[in-house]
Amino acid sequence: MKITCEEASHICNKSQYNEAGYWQMLKLRIHILMCKTCAKFTKQNKALTSLCERAGLNTLSESDKEIMKKDLEKHL
Amino acid sequence: MVFLEKKMVAYKLQPETWVDQYADYLFNYAVARVSDAEIAKDLVQETFFAGLNSAKNYKGDAAERTWLIAILKRKVIDHYRKINSKKGKAEVRVNYNASSESEGDWLEEQVADPFSKDGDNTIENEELGLAIQECIAKLPKKQSLVFKMKTIQGMSTEDICNELGINPSNLWVMIHRARTALMGCLNQNWF
Repeated sequence: MKITCEEASHICNKSQYNEAGYWQMLKLRIHILMCKTCAKFTKQNKALTSLCERAGLNTLSESDKEIMKKDLEKHL
Repeated sequence: MVFLEKKMVAYKLQPETWVDQYADYLFNYAVARVSDAEIAKDLVQETFFAGLNSAKNYKGDAAERTWLIAILKRKVIDHYRKINSKKGKAEVRVNYNASSESEGDWLEEQVADPFSKDGDNTIENEELGLAIQECIAKLPKKQSLVFKMKTIQGMSTEDICNELGINPSNLWVMIHRARTALMGCLNQNWF
């Protein structure tokens, strides 16, 4: 059941995108009980996820950007 | 002399980097105002063109991004002028009939709703969005790309790996670095 901090952070990152499995989450929880650093990291990581959700971020797709770049270059 | 040269360089715009550096930032700003992705995209594009055309007027007293935002603001206003140009569209129509029992209702409707926090929230969330975009723009190109695909576009790990030709562990390392950097950046700029 013991995992390293590196594994813990990996699971934590995955869980931000709902990609961590049940067992992984359990291992992470147990690790957090013993490791303050990872507990802090997990807390901040969750906060970042919720901030990103709240901000309703928008982004242009890479293909849109490529088209923009080409159009701009024509005008340079 | 060296000092002078440095100043000259500072005045020069770098349009080649605009799309990579500011497109998402401007896009967020525009989407919040016109709430239509297609129109927002066009406005960003027009902003870049207008920026190019008036590049010689850029005096360097504002940062490039601030300068572009100022142009975008004008573009947004122009957009609303255009869609409201048909006479009467911009008029506010009030048709309360005084005789009905709803007389006087308009007064109540004009009073600010003390329970509505929506306005504040929207503004705060928009600022938050811009703050996050700013932090993302500071990341190395590859990291920001992966982070955006995963977090904003919500693509699956597999799809991103295929598109960028990287393996999953590679991807997670980049996500990890991006997230750590963003946490630090937001801690400074937001909290």
